[in-house]
Amino acid sequence: MRASRIVAVLAALLAGAAGAASASDEAPGRVVSINLCTDQLAMMLAAPGQLVSVSYLARDRRSAAMAEAARDWPVNRSRAEEIYLLEPDLVLGGTWTTPATVSMLRRLGIRVELLAPAGTFEETARQIREVGRLLGRDAAGEAMARAFEARLAAFPPVPADPPRVALYAANGLTSGRGSLADEIIRRAGFRNVADEVNLPATGRLALERLILAEPDLVVTSRTYPGQSQSEAILDHPALEAYRARTAAGAITDADWVCGLPQTLDAVERMIDLRLSLEAGG
Amino acid sequence: MTRALPLALGALLPLLFAASLAIGPAGVPWGQSLAALVREDGLLTLVMREIRLPRALLAIMVGASLGLAGAAMQGYLRNPLAEPGLIGVSGSAALGAVIAIHTGLAAAFTLGLPLLALAGAAIGVALILFLAGPRGSSLTLILAGIAISALAGAFTSLALNLSPNPFAASEIVFWMMGSLDDRSMTHVWIALPFMAVGWALMLTLGRALDALTLGEDAAEALGMSLTRVRLTLVFGVAAAVGAATAVAGAIGFVGLVVPHILRPFVGARPSRLLLASAAGGAALVLAADIAVRLILPDRDLKLGVLMAIVGAPLFLHLIYKTRKEVA
Repeated sequence: MRASRIVAVLAALLAGAAGAASASDEAPGRVVSINLCTDQLAMMLAAPGQLVSVSYLARDRRSAAMAEAARDWPVNRSRAEEIYLLEPDLVLGGTWTTPATVSMLRRLGIRVELLAPAGTFEETARQIREVGRLLGRDAAGEAMARAFEARLAAFPPVPADPPRVALYAANGLTSGRGSLADEIIRRAGFRNVADEVNLPATGRLALERLILAEPDLVVTSRTYPGQSQSEAILDHPALEAYRARTAAGAITDADWVCGLPQTLDAVERMIDLRLSLEAGG
Repeated sequence: MTRALPLALGALLPLLFAASLAIGPAGVPWGQSLAALVREDGLLTLVMREIRLPRALLAIMVGASLGLAGAAMQGYLRNPLAEPGLIGVSGSAALGAVIAIHTGLAAAFTLGLPLLALAGAAIGVALILFLAGPRGSSLTLILAGIAISALAGAFTSLALNLSPNPFAASEIVFWMMGSLDDRSMTHVWIALPFMAVGWALMLTLGRALDALTLGEDAAEALGMSLTRVRLTLVFGVAAAVGAATAVAGAIGFVGLVVPHILRPFVGARPSRLLLASAAGGAALVLAADIAVRLILPDRDLKLGVLMAIVGAPLFLHLIYKTRKEVA
């Protein structure tokens, strides 16, 4: 058993080394994605049959904008062993993918490309092109990025006196500058309360500071099944009383998680919400 | 000396309570915030009544429960190292609370959370009494405590690992360290009835604990039923510590530090130490909870971390003092 495994690994190292040399020039034949965000970009950009597997998170409605479409691909749990057995020419991951998995795959001679989570629309467009290029589908990537940029440019301008919004998630975390959620509400014509209290991209905002900041709108994260103490803060009586006063609220969904063309759907919904707020108030 | 103690604690508690209400991350002037508690002042009143008031009340309730439970267990076991956090009672209560929350029981049935935490704590206390026994040495007590803590911690981690909720894993810190951040009046109402029962049970133990200082035979000769004393202790400690842990997580060392400091002031009589430790525990947790907001206001410093920094050196000191017995 042990001897055969060593032989397999050695064979893999040799085969992988040979494969790596040729992979960089031509389009990779078999691509595996092990990160939710690269999953969805690859699903949209890959040639038929090119994408072999996506991560199991891609089928999770709560975090994946393309959960339905992901049913067409086999899923993986981002573990080196199963990925290696899929014999990929290219593995797409996120910069937050477990380093041990990435280095194991690289030791086995597999080409692994990591993308940082997109925090802006500019980065999103760049990543669409990047994934297109990595898949050898430059034209498809370029077309999608252009469509993304065109739709973004067509949104109405930000109002002179934007309504103030607070983003609030489990454990009292909020998103500020440098986060995708901040980019979404800003482009939709809101001002982020996190700016006023000088919070970083993600920081803790005490509930009393949130309420005393008096935002026009509180956007909370969706709660998951299985209760948790972390999410209890989203049901705090003080927050409920405050939301009852402002009579407006919104919940982030899968469109807010990754930088994708679908992210602009979230911007569009927030613009509609702002317009209805302005009409009402 | 002994007369001064009730006066000192009686003066300290209202002061700390007011300070706890006046201090918060929002940095509103204290006069204005205290006034908003009684007089309608828009959002500030909402903040004071729904966020700061429950926090201050819970600090008192949790502190009193832990101080009282520490004094009662130390009196019964005649061992200054018996402390709910150290001997695994808080840990097993946390396990019960985690199971209640992550199975959805707490959401489906309001009393599910405190009841399961109480059950966990009761199992913890019963195991300790069974393993260490009334004549148990410090060594058996501490070893039994380590084993129960480790087991409860392992099952808590397992329950959180298996939870479908993505935040579950990060909650291990809360259940091991405890915090009073952003608790609500709901938590106060859930915990209060259980704590009140626990306090009442433990406070009836005064005479029995005094008699026990003369030894078990003497206590029985005085007409004490040791079985009844033991049962009262198990349920009293379980109800108070279980409810405290269910709403604030496992906060250690309160039951160790407070009776230790107050013992000389009450003439080392367990019956008088009980009430004094309840008041002292309330004062200590209030003070510690003010400190976590003053030291690192934006960093979510956990209450249990601060208590451990204060309490662990004292624990070492006590072990050093009793090391002859332990060795």
